[in-house]
Amino acid sequence: MEFIEFLYENIVENFSWQMLVMWAIGGVLVFLAIKKDMEPTLLLPIGFGAILVNLPGVMQKVVDETGRPVLDSFGNVQYDAGPLSTLFDAGIANELFPLILFIGIGAMIDFGPLLSNPKLMIFGAAAQFGIFFTFCAASMFFPINDAASIGIIGAADGPTSIVVAQQLHSQYVGAIMVAAYSYMALVPIIQPPVIKLLTTKKERLIRMPYAAKSVSKTTKILFPIIITAIAGLVAPESVYLVGFLMFGNLIRECGVLNSLSDTAQNVLANLITIFLGITIASKMYYEQFLKPETLMILGLGLIAFIFDTAGGVVFAKILNIFLPKSKKLNPMIGAAGISAFPMSGRIVHKMGLKEDPQNFLLMHSMGVNVSGQIASVIAGGLILKFFG
Amino acid sequence: MDFSNFVDNLAYMGKGMLGILIVMGAIILVTVLLNKIFSADNKK
Repeated sequence: MEFIEFLYENIVENFSWQMLVMWAIGGVLVFLAIKKDMEPTLLLPIGFGAILVNLPGVMQKVVDETGRPVLDSFGNVQYDAGPLSTLFDAGIANELFPLILFIGIGAMIDFGPLLSNPKLMIFGAAAQFGIFFTFCAASMFFPINDAASIGIIGAADGPTSIVVAQQLHSQYVGAIMVAAYSYMALVPIIQPPVIKLLTTKKERLIRMPYAAKSVSKTTKILFPIIITAIAGLVAPESVYLVGFLMFGNLIRECGVLNSLSDTAQNVLANLITIFLGITIASKMYYEQFLKPETLMILGLGLIAFIFDTAGGVVFAKILNIFLPKSKKLNPMIGAAGISAFPMSGRIVHKMGLKEDPQNFLLMHSMGVNVSGQIASVIAGGLILKFFG
Repeated sequence: MDFSNFVDNLAYMGKGMLGILIVMGAIILVTVLLNKIFSADNKK
């Protein structure tokens, strides 16, 4: 009987219809992860976590000695999500999880195609346009630190988004994370129409022969070290962003740490990913998440991805004006400059094959895609330098 | 909504894109140099 009374009280006192909305959002994320295979490693834990933290009585108001709710620096009531808050403080508030994840990502990336054709790196830079455009657009509605954090959704790179949003003390970390990872999962839906809109059939048919060039082991080893040094000189405040990524890559390429490389690529990355998703969900309590601003952030995130894609494609088209006929680029490869690796590279390759079954753009698009990973981290560093 | 913020912050867009292009340009140069200097490894 006592239990039934408790159950009744808990539901009556703590339940809100907005919780149902959050369960639906969590359910959609779990559905997309399982049924549509969209970024399942992150959308599934985020979706499950969103349901978990929106169960009645799970989130507890943080109160002071007098029993009054403690407010954060933005005037919002603070909530304690129990162990999820502990995980958040231990791994996200101090940016540890995303940085450790970068070691794993660095160990997964083969810079070979990029090193054999380094000119492709310029597209990685061009495809960061969406970040800065979205920042400008977001600044019309949000304070500068939040606008910069929203803009970095366009990095198409979850760890960078987390680090920037945390360092800039954005109050919309939860919405930014959800937007960043959701749109990464939706890259196969977002990019093709934008690419088609900006290119002619003739341009999409341009063939780019690939001549495989071998890259020396010394180059592969020195590359991550030198990139870290350059990033450190340009934006010392955020050198660890590039540094952890490149450290992972150095472990991979050095040839004497195969076991560590394997651990970083698999066990370490998987372990962090499990905690990262569900910990982010601790910021998806309905009182913090169901705001008009969240919808705006989701809209601005979409703009960021669209303008990233457009930036890369248009830049390739501009370059083509100056290139001789035999050296023309297929402008679709510019779209692979966003950091969503390897989806974006594969999409461009598939689009090329659809236009012409003999047009193999994979090596070029993957090279550009990898350069997007580097450029997005550098963009994050520059944003921190400007507004940190 | 304050459209003047959009216009005011265009300068950051310019600086940001220029910054990335310069850094990536520097990385391209370094990579070309590395490929040239250590191409001997491949010949061996």
